[in-house]
Amino acid sequence: MTEITSSSAAVLAGLISSKKASSVEITTAFLDRLEKLNPKTNSYLYFNRENSLAQAKRADQQLAVGKAVSPLHGVPIAVKDNLTTTDAPTTAGSKILEGWVPQYDATVVRKLREASMPILGKTNLDEFAMGSSTEFSAYGPSKNPWDLSRIPGGSGGGSSSAIAGHLAPLAIGSDTGGSIRFPAAMTGSVGAKPTYGAVSRYGLIALASSLDQIGPVTNSVMDAAMLQDVIGGHDPHDSTSLPNGLGSMVQSVKEADVKGLKVGVVKQLSSDGFQPGVKACFDDTIEKLAAAGAEIVEVDCPSFEYAVAAYYLILPAEASSNLAKFDSVRFGLRVTPDGNPTIENVMAATREQGFGPEVKRRIILGTYALSSGYYDAYYGSAQKVRTLIQQDLAKAFTQADVLLTPTAPTTAFKIGEKVNDPLAMYLNDIATIPANLAGIPGISVPNGLASEDGLPSGVQILAPAMQDGQMYRVASIVEKLYMDQWGASLIARVPDLEAL
Amino acid sequence: MAKEQLMSYEDAIERFEVVIGLEVHVELNTVSKMFCGCANNFGSEPNTNVCPTCLGLPGSLPAVNRKAVESSIAIGLALDCQIASNGRFARKNYFYPDLAKNFQTSQFDEPIAFEGEISIELETGEVFMVPIERAHMEEDAGKLTHVGGATGRIQGAEYSLVDYNRAGVPLVEIVTKPIYGALDKAPELAATYVRAIRDIVKSMNVSDAKMERGNVRCDANVSLREKGAEKLGTRTETKNVNSLKSIENTVRYEIQRQAFILAAGGKIIQETRHWHEDRGHTSAGRPKSDADDYRYFPEPDLVPVQPSKEWIEEIRLTLTEKPSVRRKRLQNDWGFADLEFRDVLNSDLLDEIEATVAAGASPQSARKWWTGELARLANVQEVAVQDLPITPEQVASIQKLIDSGELTDRIARDVVAGVLAGEGEPAEVIESRGLKIVTDEGALIAAIDKALASQPDVMEKIRDGKLQAAGAVIGAVMQEMRGQADAARVRELILERAK
Repeated sequence: MTEITSSSAAVLAGLISSKKASSVEITTAFLDRLEKLNPKTNSYLYFNRENSLAQAKRADQQLAVGKAVSPLHGVPIAVKDNLTTTDAPTTAGSKILEGWVPQYDATVVRKLREASMPILGKTNLDEFAMGSSTEFSAYGPSKNPWDLSRIPGGSGGGSSSAIAGHLAPLAIGSDTGGSIRFPAAMTGSVGAKPTYGAVSRYGLIALASSLDQIGPVTNSVMDAAMLQDVIGGHDPHDSTSLPNGLGSMVQSVKEADVKGLKVGVVKQLSSDGFQPGVKACFDDTIEKLAAAGAEIVEVDCPSFEYAVAAYYLILPAEASSNLAKFDSVRFGLRVTPDGNPTIENVMAATREQGFGPEVKRRIILGTYALSSGYYDAYYGSAQKVRTLIQQDLAKAFTQADVLLTPTAPTTAFKIGEKVNDPLAMYLNDIATIPANLAGIPGISVPNGLASEDGLPSGVQILAPAMQDGQMYRVASIVEKLYMDQWGASLIARVPDLEAL
Repeated sequence: MAKEQLMSYEDAIERFEVVIGLEVHVELNTVSKMFCGCANNFGSEPNTNVCPTCLGLPGSLPAVNRKAVESSIAIGLALDCQIASNGRFARKNYFYPDLAKNFQTSQFDEPIAFEGEISIELETGEVFMVPIERAHMEEDAGKLTHVGGATGRIQGAEYSLVDYNRAGVPLVEIVTKPIYGALDKAPELAATYVRAIRDIVKSMNVSDAKMERGNVRCDANVSLREKGAEKLGTRTETKNVNSLKSIENTVRYEIQRQAFILAAGGKIIQETRHWHEDRGHTSAGRPKSDADDYRYFPEPDLVPVQPSKEWIEEIRLTLTEKPSVRRKRLQNDWGFADLEFRDVLNSDLLDEIEATVAAGASPQSARKWWTGELARLANVQEVAVQDLPITPEQVASIQKLIDSGELTDRIARDVVAGVLAGEGEPAEVIESRGLKIVTDEGALIAAIDKALASQPDVMEKIRDGKLQAAGAVIGAVMQEMRGQADAARVRELILERAK
């Protein structure tokens, strides 16, 4: 590992803008490393040295004749493979899109290009972001740099393993029920899901439209804040995007101060069901905050008990409709069956062959939940639970500025351990799902290694809708408390991948 | 397909009560599509007005066209509907290759407009209030062309081509409540209702309203029940009937077909049907049931449409006069007899005549031009009279020359022919064709004398009181003048000379 690849994005951006290092040098360092180590981690599904370097070169040329166009000018980034890119195939982790090169860039990708950030490649994910381990990727699982026999979390395990393995200084993820935050917790990285609508979804291959949100996966809270400032803002292409910006996240991080902070601990997510080492890390975070002067209160969110159940009705319902377009007519895989290749038979054969087991499971669940006669009992009830969760959170936020929970119930599990137990897999997101159902922002920050297995644990910070600044503020406070203790970020302790 | 057996219309009406329900799809004439910025253009090269959104590419999202919402609200207001304060879009899920996303973005339980009515006047003067259930916004699908196979339908085709230019074109679907009590007038009511909707959207300029292009299309629901029965009979829905005549014929046919089946103790199958204008009958499409499951749910990619009261009132102010009110006013102003006026309506010439009158022609002369000579010429050229390359202003200016005696009716027709032939404005045609009437009385008298010289007995006859003898001389003079003389004046001059 070079000094470059172990640096935070903020540091790299400083090197570039002060012309101590070029974007080409930095991009080359990451390309060298990922070309060597990606076979071990399977973080990237696609990369193209020439293309990334061409972008880096342009960034350097711009800087040579003018000023940096963004605070992250020239810093390379990895993009989850469910965002459309005109210069790279976009698969969403599915065989049904193998080889498809989109005709347009996602808004977030366009913003990265406008910020002169070279794209290193496209990262692995569970098929259509359905999963929490990347084991449902049609292109094989990604591996956790802390222990290659373990999952890096999902669905954004490609991005989280790229960050933890220093195969990218920054990455883009998408979070429908925890797909940014859970992988961040599994790998000791930082992952933020902004307020619903803070970042445009245009060009994000939809899983569940009312829950999906794009966000940063990084080494540090400052890096995440810088990246959210680049990708956020209203987009006329996405009518659910917020009409007004949320201000500067970087500013919130810079002004972070624990004074007067009220921290809520959610009763339903602080006791049962958590691995003891994870629970111990969480208790430690709360103690540190209290010692630093924060007021700690317990808040009651009784409806959280039904969050996972409601989520697994709303998500499949929306997904069953969103995934209907994969029909072989206009793009992607086309399977022509023997015998009678009518349009129905071609569509059926393509979907049969092109979709993996988890995708089919959720399409069937969602189709059922929306069927007439069942709609009220399933989809209708789930929407009511969603409202109750929003009410619980609204009440909790009158008692506390932010809420803290462990991000995940356990540390990273072994590849294969839960793959045949959908219910166990679904419960990984028990603490992250409420934020998606309510549309509020949430971030996972590393808070230690669990004593029983030495693997990373994460703490989740939830803030009220549109108060992403508040979330970053508290995340920065927590991060600083640990940096004071550790002297370096947790990720600096990742084993040497080259030796593994 | 064998033609089905029918009961005579009179017997069917005698025995059964007819209930109809009409769904009219109106294609809006917005500049861009419902949910993306692509041009809403008829007749472009296939798949040229497309983008990620209307092609349903992965990752694309819809954004609502505000103008389309405005037009939809305007239609709702014109139909005396209430306008929803929270109109939501919904997804209607079904797989079909012309539907890019395999769901149609439509509205379900929260349409933009609901609970309206419209009064429809039949030819007899009888007025029906047709209750409107709702008018909702949705997007059109692409256009399929099935290649190979005998039927032109998807079944049996070798392959099919899809043109997504129409995908995402904004539609407003106007749905009536069941219409009872039209009795034998049901077919006429159906057609008159659709014509009224067409006239409304045309007069508001929210649609091109050309039925032959599918801008306005009708699905006609028909059911019969025994007279006095409470329960509605099973209905059929004949899809995409796209001319007024076809709507009338469809409803009439379905009444006769269903009556025959019911009278024979049979059951009506709930199904969609297709109307074949050339063969004069409907045929079965796919079976349909109320349990058809489109798995509607609120469209999560769009926020609800919440028109403010101020906006609705602003739109209400832009509403034009209702076509039925306008028709009454014009007939009154113009003093046309009922038959004359019906003729104008049937040939769809209200706008042209109104503009011609506005340009200074008398109503009767305007009417005669448009329903007479111009209609005849259009017929010869096989174009719609509205599409002739002559403006109401040009027609009015020609008529003014007739009124001032500078043109005769006959010469005026030559001027019209010149304008239609692209020879320029009426004045230019008159100039270049030398069509000015001959008012030089010396020249006329010389021509009269010449004619009298070859027909010497004519003067005698006139003096004997046989005035009709002048006709032969008038003919000769007109021929001499190449028709460019005022025959009445020639006659006067001949009679003067005979004194």
